[in-house]
Amino acid sequence: MINLLAVSWGDFYFIIFAGVACIFALGVLLTSNVVRMAFYLIISLGATAGLFFLAGAEFVGAMQLMIYVGGTLVLLIFGVMLTAQSRFISMKTHPRDWLLAVIVGGSLLMVLLTAAFGVPEWHNEQQVQAAVSSLETADSKTATPLGLALTGVRVDKLDQMDQQLKEGMSGYLLPFVIVSIHLLVVLIGAAYMARAKRMVRFVREEEPEAPGENQDQE
Amino acid sequence: MAEFINGIVGLEGATFGYVVAALVHCVLLLHVVAVGALIFIWLERKVSGRIQDRLGPTRVGGKFGWLQTLADGIKLIAKEDVTPDGADRMLFKLAPYISFAASFAAFLALPFADGWVANNINSAVFFVLAVLGLEVFGVILAGYASGSKWSLFGAMREAAQVVSYEIPLGLCVVVPVFLAGTMNLVTIGNMQAGWLSNWFVFHDPFTFCIFWIFFTCATASVNRAPFDLAEAESELVAGFHTEYSGLRWSFFFMAEYGSMFLVSGLGAILFFGGWNGPVPIMHIIGWADSGGLTGYLANLAGCVNFMLKATVGVTVMIWIRWTLPRLRIDQVITTCLKYCVPLASACFLGALCWEVLDIWSPNHLHLGSKPAHQVNEDWATVPRFPELTNPGIPESGDVYENGPPEMPAEPGPESVDGDTAAVERASDHQLFTSSRQEDSP
Repeated sequence: MINLLAVSWGDFYFIIFAGVACIFALGVLLTSNVVRMAFYLIISLGATAGLFFLAGAEFVGAMQLMIYVGGTLVLLIFGVMLTAQSRFISMKTHPRDWLLAVIVGGSLLMVLLTAAFGVPEWHNEQQVQAAVSSLETADSKTATPLGLALTGVRVDKLDQMDQQLKEGMSGYLLPFVIVSIHLLVVLIGAAYMARAKRMVRFVREEEPEAPGENQDQE
Repeated sequence: MAEFINGIVGLEGATFGYVVAALVHCVLLLHVVAVGALIFIWLERKVSGRIQDRLGPTRVGGKFGWLQTLADGIKLIAKEDVTPDGADRMLFKLAPYISFAASFAAFLALPFADGWVANNINSAVFFVLAVLGLEVFGVILAGYASGSKWSLFGAMREAAQVVSYEIPLGLCVVVPVFLAGTMNLVTIGNMQAGWLSNWFVFHDPFTFCIFWIFFTCATASVNRAPFDLAEAESELVAGFHTEYSGLRWSFFFMAEYGSMFLVSGLGAILFFGGWNGPVPIMHIIGWADSGGLTGYLANLAGCVNFMLKATVGVTVMIWIRWTLPRLRIDQVITTCLKYCVPLASACFLGALCWEVLDIWSPNHLHLGSKPAHQVNEDWATVPRFPELTNPGIPESGDVYENGPPEMPAEPGPESVDGDTAAVERASDHQLFTSSRQEDSP
């Protein structure tokens, strides 16, 4: 029997979450049913959120759930369920596409692997031990520094002694404002387009028209 | 709790205690969801009976028919578990569990009293909202996988509704969060300790208004009448769960009643003081924060208090369900986008102005000497890993590059708090002056 007291539960859960993420990512590749693909993708992304929670990055984990999992959900509804015709419900991938995907995905994997194994601190056993033993896992407080960084104050850089370096480490206020204005524009655009279409159809319906044409508009 | 269990077993710092503590938390929360559903279904039957001028269940289990739900449960277990021919079998069978799991997982971050929480997550409000949004996933899968038109219609309605109502719900939740200065639900609850004038709902007229918008959106987001379009019996047979029977069907209902309790509890913590009663009896007799047995009793009273508040919320939802007729889908979306979102935005701006302009408010929050909008979580300006700051070990990630200038070379964990108080205050000031400057134009 396994000695329950000796099991490293952090590693145990890491393996579970990472395994689930990988297996369901493979499932996305191997299944040919579009809705199941979306379902597997959601499980895989949810397991990634679990990895974030395990690492103590709760805010990023919740963000992953809200944006990626929730976003995939919307994709599933509006992209798949409403638009999919029978030939897309069951997708067959051409061998040529497989080759292309393997080249693109494989090269990305190579880049990531080289980066992951190229960090010098991770090879030094002593440094790894020191970093692990100093980890604070009870309550990692990440939301406020993130929020302050978005409004222009990098809390983690307040103690930077070099004045020149300190100035270069300002927060992300400008990107934040750009992104939010971008989103606002998108929202207004979407509302405008939804409005305009309905008005056009309203005008059309009053004109005497052949019934066949109206169906094309929809 | 984990340390306590480890102490009993005789292992200091072993992971064993943490696993047992996690199991205890999970089992307790499962009981909150399952037993809660048992009681709320009975309550729904009784309340609906009274509203319709009849008695409701009276015979099963004695005087008030209080065993009615259990009898229903046994009936549901005995029912045949049917899967339609045209269904996607795997997704059809999985969908109820996904709904239930999402509803249950959100309870992990919901505190029941001061510190009585399975996982004291720092961004708990956000976590609860994110996980609660996943419940619709089970409903959509159920609707699609059933292979039935009624189910698919129900699922599409639910999807449109939940995606729309997340926007005003988020806007409403932000107001108590910026009043409290934190997303930690335990801290938000503790800040409202004292008389009932300290509850955030009485902070200013705007927070009072926004609570009702929150409650409307919460009712819509847990798919309750008058927003229960996904299961509109008069149009869609039974909506997304038309094809379900037996225990799988009851899982959807456990998820629904669990979510009702969850959003009511969230509303109680965010607006109605959480586990703090209208009269601070436990503070007056000095039991709260006293530790030991009296502290435990105070927490127990707080837990009862919180449960009562959440139950009142659920009862109001039941009352609304049996009073108002169901809305049409266009009316539901109109309510959300034309009324809830603009009202929530206006109240958000109003509450923000009230706070920044320092207008009088009955709230006297437990924030020390600072006004509420200047509350800063102190740890943000203190290095988290002071022992890592000596030059021997280079650091990675978000840890400090160098030790703060005023810090001693290798401070012990105890000395950090005292020594850096001055630094903290100085950088605190700096933080807020700099953020103020950026806000002002």
